[in-house]
Amino acid sequence: MTTLPTSTKKKLGLVIDLDICVGCQACATSCKEWNTGGYSAPLSDIQPYGADPDGAWLNRIHTYEAGTGPEGRTVHFPRSCLHCEEPACVTVCPTGASYKREEDGIVLVNPDTCIGCKLCSWACPYGAREYDPAHGVMKKCTLCVDRIYNENLEEEDRIPACVRACPTGARHFGDLGDPNSDVSKLVAAREGYDLLPEFGYKPVNKYLPPRPRRDAYSQDKSTVAAAPIEPSDNEAGTMAAKLFTWADRMLSR
Amino acid sequence: MHPSYSVIIFTTASGAGYGLLVWLALFRMFGVIPAERWLGFLGLGTALGLITLGLLASTAHLGHPERAWRAFSQWRSSWLSREGIAAMATYVPAGLLGLGWVIFETGGFFLGLVALLAIIGSGITVWCTGMIYASLPTIRQWYQPLVPPVYLAMAMATGGLLYNALAHMFGHGSALSAGAALLAVIAALVIKGLYWRVIDSAPKKYTAEAATGLGHLGKVRPLDPPHTQPNFIMREMGFKVARKHAVKLRGLAIIFAFLIPLFALVLALFAGAPAVSGVAGIVALLSGAVGVIVERWLFFAEAEHVAMLYYGAEAA
Ligand code: SF4
Ligand code: SF4
Repeated sequence: MTTLPTSTKKKLGLVIDLDICVGCQACATSCKEWNTGGYSAPLSDIQPYGADPDGAWLNRIHTYEAGTGPEGRTVHFPRSCLHCEEPACVTVCPTGASYKREEDGIVLVNPDTCIGCKLCSWACPYGAREYDPAHGVMKKCTLCVDRIYNENLEEEDRIPACVRACPTGARHFGDLGDPNSDVSKLVAAREGYDLLPEFGYKPVNKYLPPRPRRDAYSQDKSTVAAAPIEPSDNEAGTMAAKLFTWADRMLSR
Repeated sequence: MHPSYSVIIFTTASGAGYGLLVWLALFRMFGVIPAERWLGFLGLGTALGLITLGLLASTAHLGHPERAWRAFSQWRSSWLSREGIAAMATYVPAGLLGLGWVIFETGGFFLGLVALLAIIGSGITVWCTGMIYASLPTIRQWYQPLVPPVYLAMAMATGGLLYNALAHMFGHGSALSAGAALLAVIAALVIKGLYWRVIDSAPKKYTAEAATGLGHLGKVRPLDPPHTQPNFIMREMGFKVARKHAVKLRGLAIIFAFLIPLFALVLALFAGAPAVSGVAGIVALLSGAVGVIVERWLFFAEAEHVAMLYYGAEAA
Protein backbone atom coordinates (compact mmCIF):
# COMPACT_ATOMS: atom_id res chain seq x y z
CA MET A 1 0.00 0.00 0.00
CA THR A 2 1.59 3.25 -1.05
CA THR A 3 -0.38 5.54 1.18
CA LEU A 4 1.90 6.43 4.07
CA PRO A 5 1.30 5.34 7.65
CA THR A 6 0.12 8.30 9.73
CA SER A 7 2.80 7.53 12.27
CA THR A 8 5.34 4.79 12.84
CA LYS A 9 6.08 3.08 16.14
CA LYS A 10 9.78 3.61 15.69
CA LYS A 11 11.88 5.75 13.40
CA LEU A 12 14.86 3.56 12.73
CA GLY A 13 17.61 5.32 10.88
CA LEU A 14 21.23 6.28 10.62
CA VAL A 15 23.24 9.15 11.99
CA ILE A 16 26.27 9.95 9.90
CA ASP A 17 29.13 11.92 11.35
CA LEU A 18 30.70 14.06 8.64
CA ASP A 19 33.37 15.16 11.07
CA ILE A 20 35.05 11.81 11.25
CA CYS A 21 34.13 10.01 8.04
CA VAL A 22 37.37 9.46 6.14
CA GLY A 23 35.78 8.39 2.86
CA CYS A 24 37.31 4.92 2.98
CA GLN A 25 34.32 3.30 1.22
CA ALA A 26 34.21 0.48 3.78
CA CYS A 27 30.49 1.03 4.40
CA ALA A 28 29.67 1.06 0.68
CA THR A 29 31.65 -2.11 0.08
CA SER A 30 30.18 -3.85 3.07
CA CYS A 31 26.68 -2.76 2.02
CA LYS A 32 27.18 -4.16 -1.45
CA GLU A 33 28.59 -7.38 -0.07
CA TRP A 34 25.74 -7.96 2.36
CA ASN A 35 22.94 -6.92 0.07
CA THR A 36 24.11 -8.84 -2.94
CA GLY A 37 23.56 -12.00 -0.94
CA GLY A 38 20.71 -10.95 1.32
CA TYR A 39 17.13 -9.80 1.01
CA SER A 40 15.82 -9.54 -2.58
CA ALA A 41 17.80 -10.69 -5.62
CA PRO A 42 21.54 -9.97 -5.92
CA LEU A 43 22.57 -6.36 -6.42
CA SER A 44 23.77 -6.88 -9.92
CA ASP A 45 26.77 -5.44 -11.67
CA ILE A 46 26.91 -5.08 -15.43
CA GLN A 47 30.37 -5.65 -16.91
CA PRO A 48 32.07 -5.23 -13.55
CA TYR A 49 35.51 -5.78 -15.07
CA GLY A 50 34.81 -4.18 -18.45
CA ALA A 51 35.61 -0.73 -19.72
CA ASP A 52 32.27 0.70 -18.68
CA PRO A 53 31.26 -0.99 -15.46
CA ASP A 54 27.83 -0.34 -14.04
CA GLY A 55 25.88 -1.62 -11.12
CA ALA A 56 23.33 -0.95 -8.43
CA TRP A 57 24.71 0.24 -5.10
CA LEU A 58 22.70 1.36 -2.13
CA ASN A 59 25.30 3.60 -0.58
CA ARG A 60 27.55 6.09 -2.35
CA ILE A 61 30.40 8.02 -0.77
CA HIS A 62 31.00 11.45 -2.24
CA THR A 63 33.90 13.70 -1.39
CA TYR A 64 33.31 17.44 -1.47
CA GLU A 65 35.39 20.49 -0.91
CA ALA A 66 33.49 22.97 1.21
CA GLY A 67 34.59 26.55 1.55
CA THR A 68 37.84 28.14 0.49
CA GLY A 69 40.92 29.43 2.25
CA PRO A 70 41.83 28.41 5.76
CA GLU A 71 38.25 27.48 6.56
CA GLY A 72 37.91 25.32 3.50
CA ARG A 73 37.99 21.59 3.99
CA THR A 74 37.41 18.20 2.49
CA VAL A 75 34.19 16.52 3.58
CA HIS A 76 33.47 12.88 2.87
CA PHE A 77 29.77 12.47 2.41
CA PRO A 78 28.04 9.07 2.46
CA ARG A 79 24.67 9.14 0.72
CA SER A 80 21.95 6.51 0.97
CA CYS A 81 18.19 6.35 1.54
CA LEU A 82 17.18 8.55 4.47
CA HIS A 83 14.01 6.57 5.23
CA CYS A 84 11.97 9.75 5.07
CA GLU A 85 8.80 10.12 7.10
CA GLU A 86 6.79 11.55 4.22
CA PRO A 87 8.52 10.45 1.05
CA ALA A 88 6.94 10.87 -2.36
CA CYS A 89 8.97 7.88 -3.57
CA VAL A 90 6.35 5.75 -1.81
CA THR A 91 3.19 7.63 -2.76
CA VAL A 92 4.01 7.81 -6.49
CA CYS A 93 4.50 4.05 -6.77
CA PRO A 94 1.64 2.64 -8.86
CA THR A 95 1.94 -0.94 -7.69
CA GLY A 96 2.34 -0.69 -3.95
CA ALA A 97 5.79 -2.27 -4.24
CA SER A 98 7.25 0.73 -2.41
CA TYR A 99 6.06 1.01 1.13
CA LYS A 100 6.94 2.45 4.50
CA ARG A 101 6.70 0.07 7.42
CA GLU A 102 4.37 1.04 10.20
CA GLU A 103 6.36 -0.79 12.86
CA ASP A 104 9.76 0.81 12.36
CA GLY A 105 9.53 3.36 9.55
CA ILE A 106 11.83 1.51 7.16
CA VAL A 107 11.12 2.28 3.49
CA LEU A 108 11.30 -0.85 1.35
CA VAL A 109 10.64 -2.10 -2.17
CA ASN A 110 8.94 -5.44 -2.63
CA PRO A 111 10.99 -7.07 -5.40
CA ASP A 112 8.14 -9.44 -6.24
CA THR A 113 5.64 -6.73 -7.16
CA CYS A 114 7.84 -3.88 -8.45
CA ILE A 115 7.30 -3.38 -12.19
CA GLY A 116 10.47 -1.34 -12.62
CA CYS A 117 8.75 1.85 -13.81
CA LYS A 118 11.44 3.96 -12.08
CA LEU A 119 8.97 6.65 -11.06
CA CYS A 120 10.00 6.36 -7.41
CA SER A 121 13.60 7.18 -8.29
CA TRP A 122 12.37 10.34 -10.01
CA ALA A 123 10.51 11.33 -6.86
CA CYS A 124 13.53 11.00 -4.55
CA PRO A 125 15.52 14.25 -4.26
CA TYR A 126 18.44 12.43 -2.67
CA GLY A 127 19.22 10.11 -5.58
CA ALA A 128 18.92 7.21 -3.19
CA ARG A 129 17.21 4.64 -5.41
CA GLU A 130 19.07 2.77 -8.09
CA TYR A 131 17.45 0.62 -10.73
CA ASP A 132 18.81 -2.87 -11.20
CA PRO A 133 18.61 -3.60 -14.93
CA ALA A 134 19.49 -7.25 -14.50
CA HIS A 135 16.46 -7.86 -12.30
CA GLY A 136 14.18 -5.17 -13.63
CA VAL A 137 13.33 -3.83 -10.21
CA MET A 138 14.23 -0.83 -8.09
CA LYS A 139 16.80 -1.25 -5.35
CA LYS A 140 17.37 0.86 -2.31
CA CYS A 141 18.80 0.78 1.22
CA THR A 142 16.80 -1.64 3.39
CA LEU A 143 18.46 -0.50 6.60
CA CYS A 144 19.58 -4.13 6.61
CA VAL A 145 16.14 -5.26 7.64
CA ASP A 146 17.47 -8.80 7.24
CA ARG A 147 20.22 -8.19 9.81
CA ILE A 148 18.74 -6.00 12.48
CA TYR A 149 16.05 -8.50 13.51
CA ASN A 150 18.05 -11.57 12.57
CA GLU A 151 18.35 -13.87 15.53
CA ASN A 152 20.77 -16.11 13.69
CA LEU A 153 23.35 -13.38 13.98
CA GLU A 154 25.32 -12.45 17.04
CA GLU A 155 23.78 -9.59 18.97
CA GLU A 156 26.59 -7.21 17.95
CA ASP A 157 25.97 -7.96 14.29
CA ARG A 158 22.29 -6.99 14.40
CA ILE A 159 23.01 -3.57 13.00
CA PRO A 160 23.24 -2.42 9.39
CA ALA A 161 26.30 -3.72 7.55
CA CYS A 162 27.56 -0.18 6.91
CA VAL A 163 27.50 0.70 10.59
CA ARG A 164 29.23 -2.56 11.45
CA ALA A 165 31.95 -1.96 8.87
CA CYS A 166 32.80 1.69 9.53
CA PRO A 167 36.33 1.72 10.96
CA THR A 168 36.06 5.24 12.35
CA GLY A 169 32.69 5.02 14.04
CA ALA A 170 31.19 7.64 11.76
CA ARG A 171 27.91 5.76 11.39
CA HIS A 172 25.34 5.17 14.09
CA PHE A 173 22.10 3.23 14.01
CA GLY A 174 19.08 3.54 16.25
CA ASP A 175 15.56 4.80 16.88
CA LEU A 176 15.40 8.49 16.06
CA GLY A 177 11.79 8.61 17.20
CA ASP A 178 12.84 7.97 20.79
CA PRO A 179 14.32 11.16 22.29
CA ASN A 180 16.22 9.09 24.86
CA SER A 181 18.00 6.84 22.40
CA ASP A 182 21.75 7.20 21.96
CA VAL A 183 21.32 8.39 18.39
CA SER A 184 18.78 11.05 19.37
CA LYS A 185 21.08 12.30 22.12
CA LEU A 186 23.96 12.41 19.68
CA VAL A 187 21.89 14.39 17.20
CA ALA A 188 20.88 16.83 19.92
CA ALA A 189 24.43 17.25 21.20
CA ARG A 190 26.00 17.73 17.80
CA GLU A 191 23.19 19.67 16.12
CA GLY A 192 22.50 16.98 13.59
CA TYR A 193 20.59 18.16 10.56
CA ASP A 194 18.29 17.04 7.73
CA LEU A 195 19.30 17.15 4.07
CA LEU A 196 17.07 19.48 2.04
CA PRO A 197 14.50 20.05 4.79
CA GLU A 198 12.66 22.47 2.46
CA PHE A 199 11.43 19.46 0.53
CA GLY A 200 9.23 18.37 3.36
CA TYR A 201 10.02 14.65 3.01
CA LYS A 202 11.23 14.71 6.64
CA PRO A 203 14.30 12.48 6.42
CA VAL A 204 14.83 10.23 9.44
CA ASN A 205 18.59 9.88 8.88
CA LYS A 206 20.56 12.75 10.28
CA TYR A 207 23.97 14.19 9.43
CA LEU A 208 26.35 15.56 12.03
CA PRO A 209 28.22 18.61 10.73
CA PRO A 210 32.02 18.78 10.69
CA ARG A 211 33.23 20.34 13.95
CA PRO A 212 34.84 23.78 13.81
CA ARG A 213 38.57 23.61 13.25
CA ARG A 214 40.83 23.76 16.26
CA ASP A 215 44.22 23.77 14.61
CA ALA A 216 46.78 26.45 13.89
CA TYR A 217 44.86 27.67 10.86
CA SER A 218 41.78 28.74 12.73
CA GLN A 219 43.67 29.74 15.91
CA ASP A 220 45.74 32.35 14.15
CA LYS A 221 44.48 33.11 10.70
CA SER A 222 46.77 36.12 10.29
CA THR A 223 50.00 34.16 10.25
CA VAL A 224 49.07 31.15 8.17
CA ALA A 225 48.50 31.30 4.47
CA ALA A 226 45.78 29.32 2.75
CA ALA A 227 48.22 27.38 0.60
CA PRO A 228 48.46 23.64 1.28
CA ILE A 229 51.54 22.55 3.13
CA GLU A 230 54.35 21.71 0.73
CA PRO A 231 57.68 20.50 2.09
CA SER A 232 60.02 23.45 1.81
CA ASP A 233 63.72 22.84 1.38
CA ASN A 234 64.82 23.33 4.92
CA GLU A 235 61.80 21.60 6.40
CA ALA A 236 61.74 18.59 4.18
CA GLY A 237 64.50 16.88 6.04
CA THR A 238 62.62 16.10 9.22
CA MET A 239 60.83 12.79 9.51
CA ALA A 240 57.79 14.39 11.05
CA ALA A 241 57.33 16.79 8.17
CA LYS A 242 57.57 13.99 5.65
CA LEU A 243 55.05 11.93 7.53
CA PHE A 244 52.72 14.88 7.79
CA THR A 245 52.94 15.60 4.09
CA TRP A 246 52.24 11.97 3.28
CA ALA A 247 49.26 11.81 5.62
CA ASP A 248 47.90 15.03 4.27
CA ARG A 249 48.07 13.71 0.73
CA MET A 250 46.44 10.42 1.59
CA LEU A 251 43.62 11.97 3.54
CA SER A 252 42.76 14.58 1.01
CA ARG A 253 42.49 12.09 -1.86
CA MET B 1 16.01 13.86 -17.47
CA HIS B 2 16.82 11.17 -19.95
CA PRO B 3 14.29 11.31 -22.82
CA SER B 4 13.39 7.66 -23.28
CA TYR B 5 11.79 6.84 -26.60
CA SER B 6 9.18 4.55 -25.13
CA VAL B 7 7.83 7.36 -22.95
CA ILE B 8 7.93 9.87 -25.80
CA ILE B 9 5.97 7.51 -28.05
CA PHE B 10 3.61 6.67 -25.21
CA THR B 11 2.70 10.26 -24.38
CA THR B 12 2.52 11.57 -27.96
CA ALA B 13 0.66 8.61 -29.50
CA SER B 14 -1.84 8.15 -26.71
CA GLY B 15 -2.26 11.92 -26.45
CA ALA B 16 -3.13 12.19 -30.14
CA GLY B 17 -5.40 9.14 -29.83
CA TYR B 18 -7.36 10.63 -26.94
CA GLY B 19 -7.55 13.97 -28.72
CA LEU B 20 -8.97 12.30 -31.82
CA LEU B 21 -11.40 10.33 -29.70
CA VAL B 22 -12.65 13.53 -28.08
CA TRP B 23 -13.18 15.28 -31.43
CA LEU B 24 -14.95 12.27 -32.96
CA ALA B 25 -17.19 11.80 -29.95
CA LEU B 26 -17.94 15.50 -29.74
CA PHE B 27 -18.88 15.88 -33.41
CA ARG B 28 -20.86 12.64 -33.39
CA MET B 29 -22.68 13.72 -30.25
CA PHE B 30 -23.85 16.91 -31.92
CA GLY B 31 -24.55 15.14 -35.19
CA VAL B 32 -21.97 17.16 -37.09
CA ILE B 33 -20.71 13.99 -38.72
CA PRO B 34 -23.02 11.16 -39.77
CA ALA B 35 -22.96 7.71 -38.19
CA GLU B 36 -21.20 6.30 -41.22
CA ARG B 37 -19.72 2.85 -40.76
CA TRP B 38 -16.33 3.40 -42.38
CA LEU B 39 -15.73 6.81 -40.92
CA GLY B 40 -16.49 5.40 -37.49
CA PHE B 41 -14.37 2.34 -38.10
CA LEU B 42 -11.35 4.18 -39.35
CA GLY B 43 -11.71 7.15 -37.00
CA LEU B 44 -12.27 5.26 -33.79
CA GLY B 45 -9.89 2.54 -34.99
CA THR B 46 -7.13 5.12 -35.41
CA ALA B 47 -7.89 6.70 -32.05
CA LEU B 48 -7.99 3.45 -30.12
CA GLY B 49 -5.04 2.10 -32.13
CA LEU B 50 -2.88 5.08 -31.17
CA ILE B 51 -3.99 4.87 -27.56
CA THR B 52 -3.21 1.17 -27.41
CA LEU B 53 0.11 1.64 -29.18
CA GLY B 54 1.02 4.31 -26.65
CA LEU B 55 0.05 2.18 -23.68
CA LEU B 56 2.01 -0.77 -25.04
CA ALA B 57 5.02 1.47 -25.65
CA SER B 58 4.81 2.65 -22.06
CA THR B 59 5.19 -0.90 -20.84
CA ALA B 60 8.33 -1.29 -22.97
CA HIS B 61 10.41 0.70 -20.49
CA LEU B 62 9.27 -1.38 -17.53
CA GLY B 63 11.58 -3.87 -15.93
CA HIS B 64 8.70 -6.30 -15.56
CA PRO B 65 5.99 -5.60 -18.18
CA GLU B 66 4.22 -8.83 -17.26
CA ARG B 67 3.40 -7.32 -13.89
CA ALA B 68 1.92 -4.15 -15.39
CA TRP B 69 -1.57 -5.04 -14.14
CA ARG B 70 -0.36 -4.34 -10.62
CA ALA B 71 -0.18 -0.67 -11.53
CA PHE B 72 -3.96 -0.40 -11.24
CA SER B 73 -3.87 -0.91 -7.49
CA GLN B 74 -2.57 2.33 -5.96
CA TRP B 75 -5.04 4.92 -7.23
CA ARG B 76 -5.29 6.38 -3.73
CA SER B 77 -1.89 8.00 -3.96
CA SER B 78 -0.30 7.46 -7.36
CA TRP B 79 -1.07 9.47 -10.50
CA LEU B 80 0.51 6.77 -12.61
CA SER B 81 -1.93 4.27 -11.17
CA ARG B 82 -4.85 6.68 -11.70
CA GLU B 83 -3.79 7.17 -15.28
CA GLY B 84 -3.77 3.43 -15.90
CA ILE B 85 -7.25 3.04 -14.46
CA ALA B 86 -8.63 6.04 -16.36
CA ALA B 87 -7.12 4.66 -19.57
CA MET B 88 -8.74 1.25 -19.05
CA ALA B 89 -12.08 2.77 -18.06
CA THR B 90 -12.14 4.95 -21.18
CA TYR B 91 -12.01 1.86 -23.40
CA VAL B 92 -15.55 1.01 -22.25
CA PRO B 93 -17.49 4.06 -23.54
CA ALA B 94 -15.12 4.32 -26.52
CA GLY B 95 -15.83 0.69 -27.39
CA LEU B 96 -19.59 1.13 -26.96
CA LEU B 97 -19.49 4.24 -29.11
CA GLY B 98 -17.66 2.25 -31.75
CA LEU B 99 -20.18 -0.57 -31.51
CA GLY B 100 -23.19 1.68 -32.04
CA TRP B 101 -21.48 3.71 -34.72
CA VAL B 102 -19.80 0.97 -36.76
CA ILE B 103 -22.18 -1.97 -36.36
CA PHE B 104 -25.53 -0.25 -36.07
CA GLU B 105 -24.74 3.09 -37.69
CA THR B 106 -26.97 4.83 -35.18
CA GLY B 107 -26.90 7.85 -32.95
CA GLY B 108 -29.51 8.63 -30.35
CA PHE B 109 -29.54 9.35 -26.66
CA PHE B 110 -27.61 6.30 -25.53
CA LEU B 111 -24.78 6.89 -27.96
CA GLY B 112 -24.73 10.55 -27.02
CA LEU B 113 -24.25 9.47 -23.45
CA VAL B 114 -21.37 7.09 -24.20
CA ALA B 115 -19.80 9.74 -26.40
CA LEU B 116 -19.91 12.13 -23.47
CA LEU B 117 -18.37 9.50 -21.19
CA ALA B 118 -15.62 8.85 -23.74
CA ILE B 119 -14.85 12.57 -23.80
CA ILE B 120 -14.70 12.79 -20.02
CA GLY B 121 -12.59 9.64 -19.76
CA SER B 122 -10.13 10.89 -22.36
CA GLY B 123 -9.78 14.23 -20.63
CA ILE B 124 -9.17 12.60 -17.25
CA THR B 125 -6.62 10.19 -18.67
CA VAL B 126 -4.56 12.89 -20.36
CA TRP B 127 -4.80 15.07 -17.26
CA CYS B 128 -3.45 12.19 -15.17
CA THR B 129 -0.53 11.78 -17.60
CA GLY B 130 0.35 15.40 -16.99
CA MET B 131 -0.05 15.00 -13.24
CA ILE B 132 2.47 12.14 -13.16
CA TYR B 133 5.06 14.78 -14.03
CA ALA B 134 3.48 17.77 -12.30
CA SER B 135 3.45 15.96 -8.97
CA LEU B 136 7.23 15.56 -8.76
CA PRO B 137 8.75 18.35 -6.64
CA THR B 138 12.20 17.08 -7.56
CA ILE B 139 12.01 18.54 -11.07
CA ARG B 140 11.52 22.29 -11.38
CA GLN B 141 10.42 22.19 -15.03
CA TRP B 142 7.73 19.62 -14.29
CA TYR B 143 6.47 20.72 -10.90
CA GLN B 144 4.29 23.33 -12.59
CA PRO B 145 0.51 23.73 -12.65
CA LEU B 146 0.72 24.31 -16.40
CA VAL B 147 1.99 20.80 -17.15
CA PRO B 148 -1.40 19.00 -17.24
CA PRO B 149 -2.95 21.79 -19.37
CA VAL B 150 0.02 21.49 -21.75
CA TYR B 151 -0.58 17.75 -22.11
CA LEU B 152 -4.29 18.29 -22.65
CA ALA B 153 -3.75 21.09 -25.17
CA MET B 154 -1.17 19.11 -27.12
CA ALA B 155 -3.53 16.12 -27.19
CA MET B 156 -6.41 18.23 -28.48
CA ALA B 157 -4.19 19.88 -31.10
CA THR B 158 -2.67 16.68 -32.47
CA GLY B 159 -6.05 14.95 -32.23
CA GLY B 160 -7.63 17.89 -34.05
CA LEU B 161 -5.10 17.64 -36.88
CA LEU B 162 -5.81 13.93 -37.15
CA TYR B 163 -9.54 14.48 -37.15
CA ASN B 164 -9.36 17.13 -39.84
CA ALA B 165 -7.24 14.93 -42.11
CA LEU B 166 -9.58 11.97 -41.56
CA ALA B 167 -12.72 14.00 -42.15
CA HIS B 168 -11.31 15.09 -45.51
CA MET B 169 -10.70 11.50 -46.48
CA PHE B 170 -14.40 10.82 -46.07
CA GLY B 171 -15.52 14.00 -47.71
CA HIS B 172 -16.61 15.54 -44.43
CA GLY B 173 -13.77 18.00 -44.33
CA SER B 174 -15.24 21.38 -43.63
CA ALA B 175 -14.60 24.79 -42.22
CA LEU B 176 -15.62 23.26 -38.92
CA SER B 177 -13.03 20.47 -38.94
CA ALA B 178 -10.23 22.79 -40.05
CA GLY B 179 -11.43 25.52 -37.72
CA ALA B 180 -11.55 23.21 -34.72
CA ALA B 181 -8.03 22.00 -35.39
CA LEU B 182 -6.88 25.58 -35.93
CA LEU B 183 -8.31 26.70 -32.60
CA ALA B 184 -6.77 23.74 -30.80
CA VAL B 185 -3.36 24.45 -32.34
CA ILE B 186 -3.54 28.11 -31.35
CA ALA B 187 -4.59 27.19 -27.80
CA ALA B 188 -1.71 24.70 -27.55
CA LEU B 189 0.75 27.30 -28.84
CA VAL B 190 -0.39 29.82 -26.25
CA ILE B 191 -0.28 27.34 -23.36
CA LYS B 192 3.05 25.82 -24.38
CA GLY B 193 4.52 29.29 -24.93
CA LEU B 194 3.39 30.29 -21.45
CA TYR B 195 4.87 27.09 -20.05
CA TRP B 196 8.24 27.84 -21.63
CA ARG B 197 8.18 31.36 -20.20
CA VAL B 198 7.33 30.02 -16.76
CA ILE B 199 10.10 27.42 -16.67
CA ASP B 200 12.65 29.88 -18.02
CA SER B 201 12.01 32.23 -15.12
CA ALA B 202 11.30 29.63 -12.42
CA PRO B 203 13.87 30.19 -9.68
CA LYS B 204 16.34 27.44 -8.86
CA LYS B 205 15.40 26.87 -5.26
CA TYR B 206 17.93 24.25 -4.24
CA THR B 207 21.71 24.43 -4.15
CA ALA B 208 24.58 22.02 -3.64
CA GLU B 209 25.10 23.76 -0.28
CA ALA B 210 21.52 22.95 0.79
CA ALA B 211 21.72 19.41 -0.54
CA THR B 212 24.80 18.63 1.54
CA GLY B 213 24.03 20.96 4.43
CA LEU B 214 27.60 22.24 4.25
CA GLY B 215 26.80 25.79 3.15
CA HIS B 216 28.00 27.25 6.44
CA LEU B 217 31.53 26.27 5.42
CA GLY B 218 31.28 28.07 2.11
CA LYS B 219 30.87 26.99 -1.48
CA VAL B 220 30.49 23.22 -1.98
CA ARG B 221 32.33 21.61 -4.90
CA PRO B 222 32.65 17.94 -5.76
CA LEU B 223 36.22 16.77 -5.24
CA ASP B 224 36.11 13.03 -5.69
CA PRO B 225 33.14 11.21 -7.25
CA PRO B 226 31.76 8.11 -5.49
CA HIS B 227 32.23 5.98 -8.59
CA THR B 228 34.39 6.06 -11.69
CA GLN B 229 31.64 5.50 -14.29
CA PRO B 230 28.18 7.08 -14.50
CA ASN B 231 25.59 5.22 -12.45
CA PHE B 232 21.82 4.93 -12.87
CA ILE B 233 21.18 8.29 -11.22
CA MET B 234 23.62 10.14 -13.48
CA ARG B 235 22.30 8.52 -16.65
CA GLU B 236 18.61 8.86 -15.76
CA MET B 237 18.62 12.29 -14.11
CA GLY B 238 21.82 13.77 -15.47
CA PHE B 239 20.84 14.02 -19.13
CA LYS B 240 21.43 17.57 -20.27
CA VAL B 241 20.74 19.30 -23.52
CA ALA B 242 23.05 22.18 -24.34
CA ARG B 243 21.32 25.54 -23.96
CA LYS B 244 21.93 26.53 -27.57
CA HIS B 245 20.57 23.21 -28.81
CA ALA B 246 17.51 23.61 -26.64
CA VAL B 247 16.84 27.02 -28.15
CA LYS B 248 17.15 25.58 -31.66
CA LEU B 249 14.92 22.65 -30.84
CA ARG B 250 12.30 24.89 -29.31
CA GLY B 251 12.33 26.83 -32.56
CA LEU B 252 11.82 23.62 -34.52
CA ALA B 253 9.02 22.53 -32.20
CA ILE B 254 7.28 25.86 -32.64
CA ILE B 255 7.62 25.73 -36.42
CA PHE B 256 6.56 22.11 -36.88
CA ALA B 257 4.02 21.66 -34.10
CA PHE B 258 2.36 25.04 -34.40
CA LEU B 259 3.31 27.41 -37.20
CA ILE B 260 3.21 25.10 -40.25
CA PRO B 261 -0.09 23.48 -39.11
CA LEU B 262 -1.45 26.95 -38.46
CA PHE B 263 -0.67 28.23 -41.97
CA ALA B 264 -1.81 25.00 -43.60
CA LEU B 265 -5.12 25.13 -41.75
CA VAL B 266 -5.71 28.76 -42.61
CA LEU B 267 -5.01 27.81 -46.22
CA ALA B 268 -7.45 24.91 -45.88
CA LEU B 269 -10.11 27.24 -44.51
CA PHE B 270 -9.87 29.69 -47.36
CA ALA B 271 -8.84 27.42 -50.20
CA GLY B 272 -12.34 26.62 -51.39
CA ALA B 273 -11.21 23.59 -53.39
CA PRO B 274 -11.61 20.44 -51.24
CA ALA B 275 -8.50 18.89 -52.81
CA VAL B 276 -6.35 21.79 -51.64
CA SER B 277 -7.90 21.69 -48.16
CA GLY B 278 -7.33 17.95 -48.01
CA VAL B 279 -3.67 18.22 -48.93
CA ALA B 280 -3.20 21.14 -46.56
CA GLY B 281 -4.76 19.06 -43.80
CA ILE B 282 -2.32 16.23 -44.42
CA VAL B 283 0.64 18.62 -44.45
CA ALA B 284 -0.59 20.07 -41.15
CA LEU B 285 -0.91 16.59 -39.65
CA LEU B 286 2.54 15.37 -40.72
CA SER B 287 4.21 18.56 -39.57
CA GLY B 288 2.35 18.43 -36.26
CA ALA B 289 3.48 14.85 -35.71
CA VAL B 290 7.13 15.81 -36.13
CA GLY B 291 6.65 18.89 -33.97
CA VAL B 292 5.01 17.11 -31.06
CA ILE B 293 7.83 14.56 -30.91
CA VAL B 294 10.41 17.35 -30.70
CA GLU B 295 8.27 19.10 -28.10
CA ARG B 296 8.01 15.95 -26.00
CA TRP B 297 11.71 15.13 -26.33
CA LEU B 298 12.49 18.60 -25.01
CA PHE B 299 10.02 18.22 -22.15
CA PHE B 300 12.29 15.50 -20.83
CA ALA B 301 15.65 16.80 -21.99
CA GLU B 302 15.14 20.25 -20.44
CA ALA B 303 14.03 18.85 -17.09
CA GLU B 304 16.61 19.10 -14.31
CA HIS B 305 16.56 16.82 -11.30
CA VAL B 306 17.51 17.92 -7.80
CA ALA B 307 19.56 14.75 -7.20
CA MET B 308 22.18 16.08 -9.61
CA LEU B 309 23.17 18.55 -6.92
CA TYR B 310 25.15 15.69 -5.41
CA TYR B 311 26.94 15.23 -8.71
CA GLY B 312 28.17 18.72 -9.37
CA ALA B 313 25.09 20.71 -10.35
CA GLU B 314 25.28 24.03 -8.51
CA ALA B 315 21.56 24.70 -8.33
CA ALA B 316 18.32 23.05 -9.41
S1 SF4 C 1 15.69 9.15 0.72
FE1 SF4 C 1 14.62 8.99 -1.22
S2 SF4 C 1 14.20 6.78 -1.45
FE2 SF4 C 1 14.67 7.14 0.73
S3 SF4 C 1 12.66 7.48 1.70
FE3 SF4 C 1 13.51 9.51 1.20
S4 SF4 C 1 12.62 9.96 -0.82
FE4 SF4 C 1 12.38 7.75 -0.50
S1 SF4 D 1 10.00 1.17 -9.90
FE1 SF4 D 1 8.91 -0.33 -8.61
S2 SF4 D 1 8.97 0.54 -6.55
FE2 SF4 D 1 9.48 2.20 -7.97
S3 SF4 D 1 7.53 3.24 -8.42
FE3 SF4 D 1 7.80 1.67 -10.03
S4 SF4 D 1 6.76 -0.14 -9.24
FE4 SF4 D 1 7.04 1.22 -7.48
